[in-house]
Amino acid sequence: MGMTITEKILAAHAEKDRVSPGDLINVKLDLVLGNDITAPIAIKEFRQIGVDRVFDKDKVAIVPDHFAPNKDIDSAEQCSMVRQFAHEQDLTNYFEVGRMGIEHALLPEQGLVLPGDAVIGADSHTCTYGALGIFSTGVGSTDLAAAMATGETWLKVPSSIKFIFKGHLNPWVTGKDLILYTIGKIGVDGALYQAMEFTGEAISSLSIDSRLSMCNMAIEAGGKSGIIAPDNKTLDYVEGRSHRTFTAYHSDEDAAYAATYEWDVADIESQVAFPHLPSNTRGISDVGDVAIDQVVIGSCTNGRLEDLRIAAQVLKGHEVDKRVRCIVIPATQDIYRQAMKEGLIEIFVDAKAAVSTPTCGPCLGGHMGILAKGERALATTNRNFVGRMGHPESEVYLSGPAVAAASAIAGKITSPEEL
Amino acid sequence: MIYKGNVWKFGRDIDTDAIIPARYLKTSDPAELGKHCMEDADPEFVHKMKKGDIIVADENFGCGSSREHAPISIKAAGISCVIAKSFARIFYRNAINTGLAILESAEAVDGITAGDEIQVDTDKGEITNLTTGKVYYAKPFPEFIDNIIKQGGLISYVREKVKTPVG
Repeated sequence: MGMTITEKILAAHAEKDRVSPGDLINVKLDLVLGNDITAPIAIKEFRQIGVDRVFDKDKVAIVPDHFAPNKDIDSAEQCSMVRQFAHEQDLTNYFEVGRMGIEHALLPEQGLVLPGDAVIGADSHTCTYGALGIFSTGVGSTDLAAAMATGETWLKVPSSIKFIFKGHLNPWVTGKDLILYTIGKIGVDGALYQAMEFTGEAISSLSIDSRLSMCNMAIEAGGKSGIIAPDNKTLDYVEGRSHRTFTAYHSDEDAAYAATYEWDVADIESQVAFPHLPSNTRGISDVGDVAIDQVVIGSCTNGRLEDLRIAAQVLKGHEVDKRVRCIVIPATQDIYRQAMKEGLIEIFVDAKAAVSTPTCGPCLGGHMGILAKGERALATTNRNFVGRMGHPESEVYLSGPAVAAASAIAGKITSPEEL
Repeated sequence: MIYKGNVWKFGRDIDTDAIIPARYLKTSDPAELGKHCMEDADPEFVHKMKKGDIIVADENFGCGSSREHAPISIKAAGISCVIAKSFARIFYRNAINTGLAILESAEAVDGITAGDEIQVDTDKGEITNLTTGKVYYAKPFPEFIDNIIKQGGLISYVREKVKTPVG
């Protein structure tokens, strides 16, 4: 019996020839990650362990991105504590405001995570890096503390679900639509504790940015990880970003899967998730009349260059509806700079959208676009739980960047085809 | 440990934003987090519940974010344990790591009504509904996880591990 890509990566990091779903293993980690919300608890727990230094100062990344730039005094105190720890430990990969980006856009961009790696992060969207053929998963602060001290973590080897996407994508459909469609089909615990392996010609046709969007939301189906086997696009993407050697793993033909789904993407149109679960999806043609107060284009799901290019393509020559606030958040400083070079920022400003420095900000109801009671937002983010973007009686709808930009112009949820 | 308390019932997919909304994550102080436990699922929850009470929920309890503030908030509010049909995986790890007692039993969840008084023996995984007299058994923890719990959580476990001289 062969192994899946996930089993191969985990076996290699547990120094075993093979592993099987359900095995409890100790895994050596290539990178561990924390942010300004999760690192403060991890640092307190780290102090209890009885070691002075982190296991490897090059392999602990800390990114203050959630409530940074500091939104208030309490957040400033949390960022200050994290900063002091990073300096005390001389961490190579601490990213201060100005160098910082949203962690799951920043780490792949900076070449800190490479194909074949095993990564944990104290942030649920750490599963994003699977797009590069990496095993990566979210954990809590105490797991982060233990990993910072030892460079290892315990894991149960997940069984894998195979998702085969056949055919050619419809216009405006991106990785975000495919993952929303998937979650709509299997539910928010449809892949609980499992690895979601995405494959098929439609996946091969996706850009790396779109693949990162897809794996980012594996957690919204309860998944432990999302993964896409590396191909030439992956190798082109990582080239020049790191001097570290890496291994591209692929699933064996006879690997075992807990389930297999096969969909023709010709049947998949742009998707919108209605409140209050990411699984509450509908095709854009079934949305009906939904007026909105705010649009957010950004986040670890959709704040990358491809997303900004799509949003700008839709917004160019138009203005945001007068009743709508449209907030665009490039996910990293490099993305911001490139968006400036390409004239995208000018298009956003001309369209009367507000452009922000990188931050998770509104996605988790932190800052930079909080909703009042009764307000409704359409966001390219990843969660639409009750109160996610502000008041418990506000609403969040989720979509990709094309529908978000078109909706900002129309003042209601709209397909770019209808403009 | 044996816990006895009254039951508060919740549905499926109770997410970590409902357990502790992100607007309160400006601090990691357990007492402060405890004041807002379950606020976006039931704004009156912390005022209605009593110390030692027990949360009983359907599938996928604790889905969403990795915030350890969620089990910390539940524990600090005074909830003694959480019984659910299933737990989201990061919440499951976080509960074990922070010492919040959790038990999985679909039968218990279906057989317990809000307001029932129940007794939970976490060592035996035994859940007794004192109101109806019915007894249920939770899925036992894998031995490895049971060891972490018995050693007093992950930090104690790792502290012992790093003390052991190599070779």
